[in-house]
Amino acid sequence: MRFSEAWLREYVDPPLDTEHLVEQLTMAGLEVDAVEPAAPPFSGVVVAEVISVEPHPNADRLRVCQVVAGAETPLQIVCGAPNVHQGMKAPLATVGAVLPGGAKIRKSRLRGVESFGMLCSAKELGLAETAEGLWELPADAPVGEDLRAYLQLDDRVIEVDLTPNRADCLSVEGIAREVAVLNRIDWRPGAVEAVTPLHEERLSVEVAEEAKSGCPRYLGRLIRGIDPRAPTPMWMQERLRRSGIRSLGAVVDVTNYVLLELGQPLHAFDAARIDDGIQVRLGRPGEKLTLLNDQEITLSGDELVIADARRPLALAGIMGGRESAVDDTTEDILLECAFFAPAAIMGKARRYGLHTDASHRFERGVDPQLQARAMERATRLILEIAGGRPGPVVAAVATEHLPRKRPISLRAAQIERILGRGFPAAEVTAILKRLGMAVEADRPGHWQVTPPSFRFDIDIEADLIEELARIAGYQNLPTRSPRLPVTLRSVPEERLSPARANALLCDRGYQEAITYSFVDAALQQKLAPQREPVPLVNPLSSDMAVMRTTLWTGLLQALRYNLSRQQSRIRLFESGLRFCRKDGAIRQEKCLAGILSGDAFPEQWALPRRPVDFYDLKGDVEALLALTGRRTFIFRPESHPALHPGQSAAIVDRADQRHCGWLGMLHPVLAEELGIDQDVFLFELDQDVIERCRLPFYRAVSRFPVVRRDLAVVVDEAVPAQALLDTVADSVGKLLVDLVLFDVYRGSGLAEKEKSLALGLVLQHPERTLTDDEVDRLIDQVLETLEQRFGARLRG
Amino acid sequence: MTEELQALLQQAESELQQARDLSELDSIRVRYLGKKGLFTQRLQALGKLPPEQRPAAGKAINEARRTFQQALEDRRRQLHQAHLEARLAAETIDVTLPGRGQRSGGLHPVTRTLERIRRIFVGAGFEVVEGPEIEDDYHNFEALNIPPHHPARAMHDTFYLDAHTLLRTHTSPVQIRVMETGEPPFRVIAPGRVYRCDSDLTHTPMFHQVEGFLVDEDVSFADLRGVLDQFLRLFFEQDVRVRFRPSYFPFTEPSAEVDVSCVMCGGEGCRICGRSGWLEVMGCGMIHPNVFRAAGIDANRYSGFAFGLGVERLAMLRYGIGDLRLFFENDLRFLEQFR
Repeated sequence: MRFSEAWLREYVDPPLDTEHLVEQLTMAGLEVDAVEPAAPPFSGVVVAEVISVEPHPNADRLRVCQVVAGAETPLQIVCGAPNVHQGMKAPLATVGAVLPGGAKIRKSRLRGVESFGMLCSAKELGLAETAEGLWELPADAPVGEDLRAYLQLDDRVIEVDLTPNRADCLSVEGIAREVAVLNRIDWRPGAVEAVTPLHEERLSVEVAEEAKSGCPRYLGRLIRGIDPRAPTPMWMQERLRRSGIRSLGAVVDVTNYVLLELGQPLHAFDAARIDDGIQVRLGRPGEKLTLLNDQEITLSGDELVIADARRPLALAGIMGGRESAVDDTTEDILLECAFFAPAAIMGKARRYGLHTDASHRFERGVDPQLQARAMERATRLILEIAGGRPGPVVAAVATEHLPRKRPISLRAAQIERILGRGFPAAEVTAILKRLGMAVEADRPGHWQVTPPSFRFDIDIEADLIEELARIAGYQNLPTRSPRLPVTLRSVPEERLSPARANALLCDRGYQEAITYSFVDAALQQKLAPQREPVPLVNPLSSDMAVMRTTLWTGLLQALRYNLSRQQSRIRLFESGLRFCRKDGAIRQEKCLAGILSGDAFPEQWALPRRPVDFYDLKGDVEALLALTGRRTFIFRPESHPALHPGQSAAIVDRADQRHCGWLGMLHPVLAEELGIDQDVFLFELDQDVIERCRLPFYRAVSRFPVVRRDLAVVVDEAVPAQALLDTVADSVGKLLVDLVLFDVYRGSGLAEKEKSLALGLVLQHPERTLTDDEVDRLIDQVLETLEQRFGARLRG
Repeated sequence: MTEELQALLQQAESELQQARDLSELDSIRVRYLGKKGLFTQRLQALGKLPPEQRPAAGKAINEARRTFQQALEDRRRQLHQAHLEARLAAETIDVTLPGRGQRSGGLHPVTRTLERIRRIFVGAGFEVVEGPEIEDDYHNFEALNIPPHHPARAMHDTFYLDAHTLLRTHTSPVQIRVMETGEPPFRVIAPGRVYRCDSDLTHTPMFHQVEGFLVDEDVSFADLRGVLDQFLRLFFEQDVRVRFRPSYFPFTEPSAEVDVSCVMCGGEGCRICGRSGWLEVMGCGMIHPNVFRAAGIDANRYSGFAFGLGVERLAMLRYGIGDLRLFFENDLRFLEQFR
């Protein structure tokens, strides 16, 4: 809501400067977003009258004008505006004037003709965005008067960002009423006297039964014989402009003006285009209506329309129709002033992508008692400006459907309980009465409060308590530190904090990323074709159209973003939800994922540079899994659509065969498609897997010496190391306290598809020293098993 | 001491001086003190002297031997020291060369901020609860006193998955989820991602909020003010002024916007606070009776407050970040500044 401060002060003029007034509004919940001057700074501009216009001797497009602007002798002004004409009144920037932006007007010579100032357009004065020519001022504009004084331009525009509950403040009168309450002073509502009808013609108004709850009050009045070309007076144009509304002709301007002044939307129909009376009814499914903005809509059947005998004329409370609109030939109008119930209007404008001043107000609630007054006010203004003969007001009222305010019980104890301090009875009644409420005390500490008709936001006790707090001022309410009971909370030790996993990744060089949860469907389809994504109905763009089914989609985008900005060493991780549809239901699963590319270590003088490989990635994942203290995780070679088939593994918990995640190298084909020319490694783990950890339980440390035996065994390339390690562990049993794989060798001395794995077995007995003999026997047994199972032999 | 013994000692001492390392020194020791060493031989030869000469001769040899041993020990110490010095000199490196290894990464500034907020509230006994990001209309709107077509819905530009399913527009639904399944008292914060269908200079379609609420038998607006006042001072680690301004949220009443005196200019007025001296940092209020009703809590017995804050907003103020969009570009040059 934007309005002129001067306009407001006509109703109520508290002894506060603008700054304090604005502060007061903000602190009462009417947040002031901006205070702007009504006009940019300029000076030396006066109202002038053009008394003659002659062609310029040396320029086709310029004219030489004689202009009166107060002084005895006319001034000669050279002007290029196409609309300049004799008798016109327009603003003149005199010699010495300073225009918005600082330009100073000097006596000048244009193509050999002297000019003593400049005739201005509204745009040149910063009062309009565009202009077709000179700003033509009304014929009664006082010649020679300073334009700022004439138009009261030393005014400010206050913009209040109203919350949806305060529809009662969507008008200058509404704001004035609030300001009066806050300052405990009176305000002066505009006096409105009923117009005496000058003819008895009426257009019938019929509200269909099913429309009565949506339109419990409809007033119509026929005004005949207006001057369709009557200009809107300057004062009204200026107030409209300051509220951000363009002047569109007298009748429409008046309806807009009354909307701003009183908060009541009105509509004017061209009476000649109404076929036999007004019907307020629900739209019929399939019915079409072309609105004032030229948009053609097809009705669904639940929206209220204003129709005549043949067709819908307007979308009630939202926007009029084009066919029945007032234009510059309209002489007879039907002025509509109605109360439409919020429930009937809510959501309807949005359905058609509309949001109008009228729908904004009706959705939030217009005072149901305002219509008669607004009708008289608008009629009077139309008559004053455009003349015409008013008819009687035709009213269709369904009293039983008009909102009625019921008394609300208010308890002093509840006020204290919610606000933390008691309010003396006198303060309670004083505040509520100032707000226009009827207050009756039934017994001490109990009141029955009936709010005024314009307060749609007050229905229950809590609403009243809020009003008390608001008017008393939040700053005047107590503050205290709550007394909370001491409750110790459980600290499950078998649950690892996700922060621990994050810290580990940070320490291993990863930077945390946060990527959007909605991603490009095509990219994701390539990365995770096996998962069914959840699409958004109304995405912002096609690259944010589906919910992520894997965190890799976002991480790969982040990688590309950085690669294209000369960052080649990248380690990122993210934790968050992924969303998949499974058996019809949407699953939201927490996971932890990472991406790794570029050099394994920051470039350093003593480290050979090398790119990261699978085992760097795996080391990080193993470290994450090790946080759990559980040792049952294995990496099983498995292929994944996004990963290199020879460098990908599924992470499986052997304890329950659960599939916990994936890791591997981005498939080279995908890397190429994405324009990535370095190897990229990825992992994704179900978060709950790392959050479940083992409670440590002490086992006695053996006092006896350990024995280490190293074995280099040659096996076929296809034998996975894990299988070998598992076999060794099984075969040795409990005496094996550590098993390391310390070398992998291929090359001379071995056949083409052979490799040698060097294993270090560390053995220890809990209760005695192992003898060489028994260790030898154990090792023989291990070798025998390895030979049987894998054809392994000792490397010679 | 005989001249001969004198000469021997001199000879031995000069050999000691010529020894260049500990092994040479050791062979000299053997030559003089070993089983067949020159001093040893002389001691063994004492028996051949007449008895009356033995004590004097023995004393002289022992004295010479002791002198030698002392010299040997001195020389050993000298050589040892020289050896050590040589080693230390040889092993001297340029300690200013950079060290080896991984450089550590860091948390995203949003996570860092969330963590800070979490710790402040957990310290006061608040519990951390997370809720689903894909929500139903009921929990995101209806149960929070926002019926269909309510104008407040226009403040939440909602992403829909179907007619009843949406991306949560705030973390407030967690309030409902906690209350409908538990019994008061509640002391909860709910951090997480939220989504709104809006993208421009000052809006990203995804951002983070922390919802907090406290429900008990005697919770008032004064408690709300007390808690948030303390929180904001602790969060900014500044003695900020905090003001509560009436506002409107369908799920709280009374509702308030919370402003702090600008942390950049101290309230003098600057570009960051739009010259007002105040920064709007969060919304809050007393939980609306309709919300209690929807969640099955007896509003006559319990009262409570709730608040919601924007994490990016706080992170921007705390770390001087000027552009919201930086948070989700994941530019390493941005992220690395928060290590």
